[in-house]
Amino acid sequence: MTQYVRVKPMMPPGHVRTPMYLRGKIGVIERSLGAFPNPEDLAYGNTAQALPLHRVRFTMAQVWGADAEAPNDTLDAEIYEHWLEPADAP
Amino acid sequence: MPHDHHDHDHLSPSGHPYRADDDTSLSYWQTMEIAVRELLVEKGVTTAAEIAAQIETMDARAPSNGAKVVARAWTDPVFHAALMENAGDATRNMGFDIGPLHLIAVENTDDVHNMIVCTLCSCYPRNLLGLPPDWYKSRAYRSRTVREPRSVLAEFGVTLPDTTKVRVHDSTADMRYIVIPARPQGTENMSQTELADLVTRDSMIGTGVAKTP
Repeated sequence: MTQYVRVKPMMPPGHVRTPMYLRGKIGVIERSLGAFPNPEDLAYGNTAQALPLHRVRFTMAQVWGADAEAPNDTLDAEIYEHWLEPADAP
Repeated sequence: MPHDHHDHDHLSPSGHPYRADDDTSLSYWQTMEIAVRELLVEKGVTTAAEIAAQIETMDARAPSNGAKVVARAWTDPVFHAALMENAGDATRNMGFDIGPLHLIAVENTDDVHNMIVCTLCSCYPRNLLGLPPDWYKSRAYRSRTVREPRSVLAEFGVTLPDTTKVRVHDSTADMRYIVIPARPQGTENMSQTELADLVTRDSMIGTGVAKTP
């Protein structure tokens, strides 16, 4: 079953590795990669908890709307689980 | 014309423009790097020779490593399956010292064209392919590839039919990516060594295709 997720539209201060252009966008989990130390802590030399990391696949139509160059092309990005929430199909 | 520069007042006797001397003061981060490096050496954590050796190791890594991986994937179905399952382990098992690199291989076919970018910085499979080209780190490549990949591809001389889906991979976290370009036609009788010569750096980033013999 396809699992849709939305990238949380958070704007926390500091070092994050969730691109701005994907925040609030809905995609599907392409594969899960296991747990990796949270870069938001690593960046400051803090002890980092290992957090699940997923490859999320978005359609260009979802990311860029009507301006998409080719709506069915896709974009995959690695997003940490604490940035994702369940979503309905867009 | 290679020597047809606009401002002839700035040409050396050999006809090339002078390059400005790099004699500005050190930036904050350059100063920081020197300070940390000197401290690490003074405290015996590392040595200047170890740092130089590490730079040499990194400089020795080149796209030809990746080309050997691709050529083997084209000819060895068992290796191909292992590479698609876990590209890091498959590459390590082939004998490449890529350290703890987490590598994902994505494969181009008639239906799919993959392309790699790092919008946040310059993530690149350096441990396998060496340093990335300068354009890979440019703001233009990083911002345009996720926005208009087909236009970027066209500028690299790659025009895809509408029936081919473009998959852009933004290396945002811990994975690094290598594109396995489609094997060119007419290469059925070529050896792995000959095939590796067809695999360009750009074809493994996805901004190019493998050369045709």
